[in-house]
Amino acid sequence: MAEYLIKNGFVFDPVLGIKGDKADVAIKDGKIVETTAVKSPQVIDASGKTVMAGGVDIHAHVAGPKVNVGRNFRPEDKLFGYKPKNGIERMQGGFSVPTTIRTGYNYARMGYTTVMEAAMPPLYARHTHEEMRDTPILDQGAYPVFGNNWFVLEYLKNHEIENTAAYIAWLLRATKGYAVKVVNPGGTEAWAWGLNCENVHDPVPYFDITPAQIIKGLIEANEYLGLPHSMHMHANNLGNPGNYTTTLDSFKLSEGIKPNSKFGRDQVMHHTHVQFHSYGGDSWANVESKAKEIMDYVNSHDNITIDMGQVTLDETTTMTADGPFEHHLTELNHLKWANADVELETGSGVVPYVYSPSIKVCAIQWCIGLELALLAKDPMRIFITTDHPNAGPFIRYPRVMKWLMSTEAREQQFDAFKHKDKVIEATNLAGLDRELDLYEIAQMTRAGPAKSLGLAHMYGGLAPGLEADVAVYDFNPNEPYAPDDIEKAFLNAEHLFKTGVQVIRDHNIASNGNKRTLWVNAKVNENPQVMRDVKEKFLRYYTVTLNNYEVTGHYLPNPYVIEVDATE
Amino acid sequence: MAIRVNLITGRTIQQGVSMEAGKEKPAYTTACGIIELDPADFKKLGAFRNTNVRVTSKYGSVVVKAVDATQGPHPGVAYIPMGPWANMVVNPNTYSTGMPTFKGTPVEVEVAKNEPVLGSLELVRKGCRGELA
Amino acid sequence: MTKTVTDVICPFCGTLCDDLEVVVSDDGKELHEVYNACAIGAEKFLHSQAKDRITRPRMRQEDGSWKEISYDEAIEYTARMLTEAKKPLMYGWSSTNCEAQAVGSEIGEAVGAVMDNTATVCHGTSLIAVQDIGIPSCTLGEVKNRADRILFWGCNPAHAHPRHMSRYSIFPRGFFTGKGHTGRKVIVVDPRPTDTASVADVHLQIEQGRDYELLNALRVAFKGEQLPDVVAGIPKEKIYEVAETLKSGRFAIIFFGMGVTQSLGKNHNIDEAIAVTRDLNEYTKAAIMPMRGHYNVTGSGQVWGWLFGFPYAVDLSRGFARYNPGETTSNDLLRRDEVDAVFVLGSDPGAHFPFSSVKKIYDRPSVAIDPHETPTTEVCKVHVPVAFVGVEIGGCAYRMDNVPIETRKVVEPPEGMMTDEEFLKRVLARVKEIQGV
Repeated sequence: MAEYLIKNGFVFDPVLGIKGDKADVAIKDGKIVETTAVKSPQVIDASGKTVMAGGVDIHAHVAGPKVNVGRNFRPEDKLFGYKPKNGIERMQGGFSVPTTIRTGYNYARMGYTTVMEAAMPPLYARHTHEEMRDTPILDQGAYPVFGNNWFVLEYLKNHEIENTAAYIAWLLRATKGYAVKVVNPGGTEAWAWGLNCENVHDPVPYFDITPAQIIKGLIEANEYLGLPHSMHMHANNLGNPGNYTTTLDSFKLSEGIKPNSKFGRDQVMHHTHVQFHSYGGDSWANVESKAKEIMDYVNSHDNITIDMGQVTLDETTTMTADGPFEHHLTELNHLKWANADVELETGSGVVPYVYSPSIKVCAIQWCIGLELALLAKDPMRIFITTDHPNAGPFIRYPRVMKWLMSTEAREQQFDAFKHKDKVIEATNLAGLDRELDLYEIAQMTRAGPAKSLGLAHMYGGLAPGLEADVAVYDFNPNEPYAPDDIEKAFLNAEHLFKTGVQVIRDHNIASNGNKRTLWVNAKVNENPQVMRDVKEKFLRYYTVTLNNYEVTGHYLPNPYVIEVDATE
Repeated sequence: MAIRVNLITGRTIQQGVSMEAGKEKPAYTTACGIIELDPADFKKLGAFRNTNVRVTSKYGSVVVKAVDATQGPHPGVAYIPMGPWANMVVNPNTYSTGMPTFKGTPVEVEVAKNEPVLGSLELVRKGCRGELA
Repeated sequence: MTKTVTDVICPFCGTLCDDLEVVVSDDGKELHEVYNACAIGAEKFLHSQAKDRITRPRMRQEDGSWKEISYDEAIEYTARMLTEAKKPLMYGWSSTNCEAQAVGSEIGEAVGAVMDNTATVCHGTSLIAVQDIGIPSCTLGEVKNRADRILFWGCNPAHAHPRHMSRYSIFPRGFFTGKGHTGRKVIVVDPRPTDTASVADVHLQIEQGRDYELLNALRVAFKGEQLPDVVAGIPKEKIYEVAETLKSGRFAIIFFGMGVTQSLGKNHNIDEAIAVTRDLNEYTKAAIMPMRGHYNVTGSGQVWGWLFGFPYAVDLSRGFARYNPGETTSNDLLRRDEVDAVFVLGSDPGAHFPFSSVKKIYDRPSVAIDPHETPTTEVCKVHVPVAFVGVEIGGCAYRMDNVPIETRKVVEPPEGMMTDEEFLKRVLARVKEIQGV
C-alpha cells in the first residue's frame, strides 16, 4: 500500500490532545504511523488547512428496509438533485434519503469514514447488509433492535439477565449486528395493537412488563456481555410536549450501573437524538425547551453519552422503529404514511416532514438541539447528529458545526424565524454565547463517538496504530472567516484517506475504498433454554424457518469481526 | 350469433402449473387457450360446452375454447386465464399509468367451430409475422 | 441413494414459502421429489429436470429457424446490442436473485437503459399509490399471529398464491390467534365467486371495475354516514355490515391483487384501499399488503430503490435516473416506439404483455435470458438458457412483505450452464471493453 505524509496542517485531535498546532500525519499499511516510519511517502501539502481524523457517525438511518421505503415512496425527493455518473462515480440521487451510492460519497465528502446504521429489524438484516454492501467507502455496522422483541420481553419480565444476554449474543451473530438498540421499549409492541407506552411505567399489553424493566434489563444484559458499545436508547414518548420527564426517568435507570467493557467506553447508556426528548409544556401551544434540565443531568452523570438529533430546518423524511410516533406524526401533518410491523421483533414507520422556519415548533426544536451541545460540559459525551434523516439529512452536519461555532450564524437564523420572539421566549439559546472550537467539534464528531462505540482502538484520532482515516479540509482556522466558510469547507473535504486509501483527492472521489462491515461476535456459555426457546418460536410463530434466518457469507464481502468473550 | 361480454383475465392454478411445466406444451394451451363463460351466456351464445369460439375486441381477435365457468356464476363476465390468448384481445391502453387495462375489456364471442386454438408459441409467432387470420 | 434438502425456498410466487423439502440424488445432479410445495411450485422444481431442456444459447436465423451459438457469441451479441442501442429496454428482473439484479443495474447504468420489472404489469399501480398516500403494512407473521379480520380484494390466493391462506392468512394458529380460522372473519371482494370466496365468511360480488366506488363506500360506512341503496352492485346493508366487521376486529389486514391494480381506476383504486386502511387505524389496528406475483419482483424494486431511488420504470438513458410511469414504463415505451432494443431476463412479456407490445419486441434486436422456452424466447433474436434461480443456484429474494430470504441451490444445473449473474457479469465486462472504460 502507498505511504502518505500529510504535512504542515493545523491538526485537531482529541486523542493526541493537539488543538490546532501544526503537525504531520503519516500513513502506512492502512494505519497511522510515526512520521519516521514512512520511507518514500507521497506528500500532501496541508499547510493552511485543517486536518482531522475521519468522522464517525454514531447514529444515522442509512441502510435497510425503512430507509428504502423512504426512497421508493418519495420520488419527489429525487427531483432536481440527481447527479449523473462520472468516471468511477456511479449515478447518485436523493436528498433526504439518498441512494446508497450517494450516501457513501456524501459522507466521504464531509470527511466521514465510519457510519453506524441506527436501527436494523432483525428479520430484515439481510436487506440492511445488502444496502451497506452497496454503500461505497464507509466502514459500517448496524444495531439490531431489541426493545420490543418477544424473547427479551419474556426474559426480562422475570429479570433473566443471563438468558437475555445469551439471546442477544445469538441474535447479534444471526444478524451480524453491532450493538443493542432499543426503540420506544414496549411501545412498538403495543403499537401492533394500535396502542403505545407513553412513559417508563406504562405496561406493555399482554406481556406484563414495563418499559423501565426492559431498559434496565437490557443495560444489565449489555454489561453482562461486555459489548463494545453500550445499550443504545431511543426512549418512550418521543416528540411530545412535556416528554423530558420520561427522558430523565429513562436516564435514571442507568444509575448505579458501571460499564463492564474492555473497549474503553465509560457509559452504560447512549441516548440518541435527545433533542426530540427534551420538550417541556403540555401542548404544541406552550412547548418549551428543557435542554437545560436534560443537560444538568447528563453533565453530572458520567455513565451516559448522548447525541443531538439536530433539526436542520429542511424538508426531510422521518423514519423510525417507533411505529406509534409515525402514526401520530401523519395525523399531525397529514402527509403519506408507511408502516411496517415486524413479527416478534419490532415495527417502523415513515412519514415525510417539513421543518419550516415559519413554524414556531420547528424553530424551538432547532434551538433545543443546539442548546444540548452548547450546554455540554464534556464534548466527549455529546455527539453531532441529525438522526439522519429524521431531524434533517446528514449532509447538514457542516451547517450544524457552523451554528455551534458561530453566534453570528445563530443570530442570522433567529432573524429568519417568523415567530422569533416567541421562539426566544420558549428556549435558552439566545442567551448562550458559547462558540465551539474545532477541537470540540473533533471531540463531538470523531473521538467522542468512537469511544462511545468502543472503537477508540480503531477510529476517532490520529495516534499511531489507529486506522488511517484522515480528512484534510480547505479551512484555515487562524485566518478570519465568515460562518458560511465553515459549512463550505467541511462539506467538501480536500483529501480523505480511509484505511490508508486515498478516496478523495483534490475534492474529487478517487477511489471506492475498501468498505468493511463491523459486527460483534459475543461468546457466551451454552444456554440450552434459550436455544430451545429460539427453536420453538421459529417453529410456531415466525414465518421463516430458523435455518433461513441467519445472515451469512456474501452479504458481508469484507467483514470485520469484533470478538467478545462473556463465557467467564 | 355473437354475444357481448366483459372480459377479465387472471391466474388459475392450471395456468400456473402448466406454465411452469413449459409454455410450449399442449397442457398450457389446454389451461389458458380457453374462455370461461357463464351458463347464461352459453345459452345466449347457443353453443355447446367445449366449442371453439372467436373472441374479438377493439384491440384484436383470438380463437379459444369456450368452457363452463369454474368459479361462477358470473353472467356477463367472461374469463380467459392470463397468457398470450387473453393478451390478443385485452385493452393495451395504460392511460398514463404504465398498466395496460387487462381487466374489463368489452369483447364479442362467436362460435368458430372449425378454427383451431393455436399453441402459445405459434400464436405469438404468427401474430408477429402477420400470419393470423 | 438420495438425500433430502430441507428449508428450501420456493421460487414461484411472492409467498416465498421456505419450508419445502426436496429429494435429490446423492451426487446432487438429479432432483427426484418435492414436498410441502403447492402444485405450481412443485412443477417449477420438477421442470428443471426436463429431458428436452435447452442448454445452449441459440440465435434466430433468417429463415426463422434456431441455430445453436456459444455463450461467448451470446454475450457478444448482447453487449453489442445494448451499447449500440440509443435507449434499450432491460425488462423483467423478477424471477432472478438480487445479486443478478444488481449486476443488471450496473449494465443498465453503463449503457443508458430503461430498467423495468414485472411490477409494470402487476403492482406498478400499487407502487404509484404508495407514492401518493403511503402504506401501513406489516410482515406476514403479524397476520399469522394477530389478524382476526382478513380481507382479500381482487385477488384469488387459492389459485395464484396457493399456500398463502394456510401459511399466513386464514388458517394458521399464531400467538394471539390460537383458534386459527375459527377466530377470524374472512371477507372476499371479487366479481366472481372464486375458490377463495368459497372459504370466506362474506363474499361481496362486486360489479367488475367498480372497486373505487365500493372502497369509498366503506369509508363512508366507517363514519356511519348515508350511502345510496346499492353501490357497485352491493346493497348498502351489506356494506355497513362489512364495515362494522372490519372496525370490530383487533387487527385487520387487506390483501389486494390484480383485480384492483389492472382494472380501470388503476392506482386510484389502490389509493382508496390504502385510505380505507388508514381510516381503520382510527378504530383498531389495520394493515394492507399487495399480493406480489413473481417470487422476487419485490426484490428488484428494493435493489433499484437503494441504487436509483425508484422501484420500477427507471429510465437511465440520460445518465441519471428518471421515473415517470406512463412514460418510462415498458408498455408505453414499446407502443410508442421509444426503445430500440429489448433485453429480457426473469420474465415472459411475450406471454404476459398485450400483443401489440409483443410485436414491438419482435421488431427489434432482442435477447431473452430464460431457462424455459417461452413466447418471449419465440419472438426474440437470441435466447440464452440459464440455470434456475432457487433450484440450481441460490441468492437473495424478497417476499411480498419485503422480507429477504436467501434461496437455496438444491441441484446442479446441466453441465456448462451459466447462471443469470455469471452471464450478466460477462456482459458487463464486455460492455466496459466496448466502451473503453
